[in-house]
Amino acid sequence: MSVITDQKPQDPPPGLRSRKRRRVADPAFRWFVTITGTSVFIILAAMVVRTTTEAWPIFQHQGFFGFLTGDRWVSGGSRSDDPADFTGVYGAWPFIYGTLVTALIAIVLALPLALCIAFYINQLAPRRLRKPLSYTVEMLAAVPSIVFGMWGLFWLVPNVLRPFFEWLESWAGGFFLFEGPVFGPGYLAAGIVLAIMILPIITAIVREVIAVNPMDQQNAAYALGATRFEVMRKVILPSSFSGIVGASMLGLGRAVGETIAVMMLIGSTKSWDSSLLQRGDSMAALIASLFKEATPEGVRGLMAIGVALFLFTMVINVAARLLVWRIGRVAGDAAV
Amino acid sequence: MSATSDLKPAERGAGERTTPTGHRPLRETQGNAGRRAVANRVALTVLTVAMVVAVIPLVLILFKVASEGLAAVGWNFFTLDEPTYRVEEAGYRAGFVGTAYIMVGAILMAIPLGLATAIYLVEYGRGRLASFVRFFTDVMTGIPSIFVGLFVYGLLISSGAIFHTGFSAFAASLAIAIIMLPIVTRSSEEMLKLVPDEWRNASYALGASKSRTVLTTVLPAAAPGLATGSMLAVARGVGETAPLILTALGSRYLVTTYFSDAQGAVPLQIHSGAMQPFEAGIERAWGGALSLFVIVLLLVVVARFVGSRANKLG
Amino acid sequence: MTPSPTQTEERTAPPAGPGAAGPAADSAADSAAAEGTPPEESTATQPAEEQEPVQDAVFDLQDVSVRYGSFIAVGDITMKVPRHQVTAFIGPSGCGKSTLLRCLNRMNDLVPGASVTGELIYNGENVYAPDVDPAEVRRRIGMVFQKPNPFPKSIYENVAFGPRLNGFSGDLDGLVQQSLERVGLWSEVKDKLKESGHALSGGQQQRLCIARAIAVEPDVLLMDEPCSALDPIATLKIEDLIHQLKSTYSIVIVTHNMQQAARVSDRTAFFSVNIDDHQGMRTGRLVEYDRTTKIFNNPAQQRTEDYVTGRFG
Repeated sequence: MSVITDQKPQDPPPGLRSRKRRRVADPAFRWFVTITGTSVFIILAAMVVRTTTEAWPIFQHQGFFGFLTGDRWVSGGSRSDDPADFTGVYGAWPFIYGTLVTALIAIVLALPLALCIAFYINQLAPRRLRKPLSYTVEMLAAVPSIVFGMWGLFWLVPNVLRPFFEWLESWAGGFFLFEGPVFGPGYLAAGIVLAIMILPIITAIVREVIAVNPMDQQNAAYALGATRFEVMRKVILPSSFSGIVGASMLGLGRAVGETIAVMMLIGSTKSWDSSLLQRGDSMAALIASLFKEATPEGVRGLMAIGVALFLFTMVINVAARLLVWRIGRVAGDAAV
Repeated sequence: MSATSDLKPAERGAGERTTPTGHRPLRETQGNAGRRAVANRVALTVLTVAMVVAVIPLVLILFKVASEGLAAVGWNFFTLDEPTYRVEEAGYRAGFVGTAYIMVGAILMAIPLGLATAIYLVEYGRGRLASFVRFFTDVMTGIPSIFVGLFVYGLLISSGAIFHTGFSAFAASLAIAIIMLPIVTRSSEEMLKLVPDEWRNASYALGASKSRTVLTTVLPAAAPGLATGSMLAVARGVGETAPLILTALGSRYLVTTYFSDAQGAVPLQIHSGAMQPFEAGIERAWGGALSLFVIVLLLVVVARFVGSRANKLG
Repeated sequence: MTPSPTQTEERTAPPAGPGAAGPAADSAADSAAAEGTPPEESTATQPAEEQEPVQDAVFDLQDVSVRYGSFIAVGDITMKVPRHQVTAFIGPSGCGKSTLLRCLNRMNDLVPGASVTGELIYNGENVYAPDVDPAEVRRRIGMVFQKPNPFPKSIYENVAFGPRLNGFSGDLDGLVQQSLERVGLWSEVKDKLKESGHALSGGQQQRLCIARAIAVEPDVLLMDEPCSALDPIATLKIEDLIHQLKSTYSIVIVTHNMQQAARVSDRTAFFSVNIDDHQGMRTGRLVEYDRTTKIFNNPAQQRTEDYVTGRFG
């Protein structure tokens, strides 16, 4: 029941149409955030276009396939854009090989450990220890890679890895993976430090993936007499499989792209060797270590390596994200 | 086997399956149960050991960096430049100033852009376009930082550059901003999503427009969380070394220009110091590593603290 | 104190557990009497209906309490669960009936901070004895959950999961078929054993879960509100199934549905919540435990009467 007064409104009631300023401000804001939102495509496109144009003469000079498979890298001195004038030889195979080997070592070492930690934190640790423990592991991700590099070079290699490599060489030196001589820095040293570096991201994602495993399925298995280990292995692990593969691929992507720590630990030689104890170089590390001395032509060569590296990580990352996204939203890894 | 068993040995243990009416003592293991219990115990031990193993590197790094670095860090370390690696009386002033220059620029570029993208994703993003933005933002977190450095080199520094600035703090800022951008976007998105819809509706009910609602209701409500995400992104950016080699190039003397001249940075100075065979330079590199580590750690810890308080309030 | 020697009264007698149930129950009975309760529902004058003792008990609980941290979820339960019968746990929500059920096969061990005191004797052995393996307990005492929870595997793999785990080396196909036949699911699924268990309807999923539980040939089946997520027809099928299964298994079922308890169970335990005003603690107590017919037609306690007639809860 409303009370009707005979008092006339002072002003005519405002129409439902809003003031002009507001009519403009709202769509303007909307357009602004939409354009910034799509800037990610612009940035990505600019990256691809800019580096590929810089690198293009190298691919012309060397042939794309020749670039990927050639195993000699000599920077030329020409200042010209014309591939015909190039004097260098650009074969990226030793660095592709070094990247793959170090990243694979890293993932082989880090994945089992990350799985164990994730399961420990999620399934075994007392509830109030779970957060502190996961923060501690994520703290490793906060260590700048230059610090990993220094620690690896000045402490881990001389004190732990070199003696270990010497023992390995004396014990299994006949095996092609562990042939001497032992230097210290090399594929294996870089791979081991990389494993420590990618441990947090794999752990964080695996933890989120296994955390969304439905409790009622675990209970069903427990009620059938399964032990804790069997619940983890036969219930949680199978249904988390694609997420775990995705997590490892994200870790692999990180390992492939890591520069400084690898540069300090891989030994920086332009050759490749089947023995993990030998020195080599990775694509990312080569770019950083050759850059300062590079001629304009040499920088183009490095650009070409960069493009190859980008394609590499792009394929790995897209596949990994598709796998992880199937599980649902995994939020916590952005900063790890 | 239990002493309380009154069954004949042949009826116990492997292979023998109970009928629902036949009660065997609970302690009498059935079939493979003993082996399974052992496997379980071994596995749980392995998990626990793995947890301990994973903490060891962190402890070792902390210890090594702290013990070597503390010796190098003093007043001079922050106030002097490093004319040569050999000289004893020198410091990382150039690096600290350079890092500050680079980071301020990067923050000013990355945070507004990342925040606007997050607002787009949460408040306006619909359908395909939004999922693509989200997906490629995620993919962008995986792009190697050295590649970002190469891109900025190609964009601003190389002979074919479109906007030629040469090596500069600005170029480095741009590279670091590109690295920070996806982190800011994704963490801000998560935080904006936590703001309850009732608050938005309350604002609309008062006649506020959407842009006004976002700017005056959603953003302030999410502020602590947004700060957390941004600080984690800064922590990531400040430790980056590789892209700086290609964009800032490095300087051991104080440089105060922003848009031109090669600029120094702490990570660059650590790197060059550590790779030279001079005792004093290496010692200072440890000092730099310690300072960098402390900066990053502070950012992370404060971010976590702010974040956990924000979560409690929400 | 009422002279009736019901089990509830015996329970409150020991000095170790004076319990709030006694006085509260008494006052409830008093107030009900003052309001003029019909005489046939009076508690004190029924010596002929004295509770029939459980002869062959599969579970024998002595002063069992379950705590979460310092919070006592359910306290001082003393009761015997008969073999090859269906025992129903009823009571208002929060009365601890599910908690008690889950502690019968040590599922509560999986909840951080949960602890059980008192003696929980299963076939003469304490289930919580330190050297008893909880996994072994759960192998003998199967469980069916509120929400059907088949694994995201094929129907066949769901049923075969338990036997495989236990190293079953016989005819697995036969065992799977037998288990599915026992729950009346075989004819419905025999042509799609390779399809996912999630493709079945809710009622079929729940029967699959029961088949999965009996495939490990347990001694006891615990059912935690097995029909609460199902439609009436599926519920009826499960209830029929419970009738068939009790010849082989001892069954304990928690239910919110009193008609269901009346239909399927031989014995019924009624639980209620006692609220301690001083500490604000809500503790589940066993109010009355007797033959189902007695609980529903002629309960000894006024609170039971009130609950089964829908006056509270």
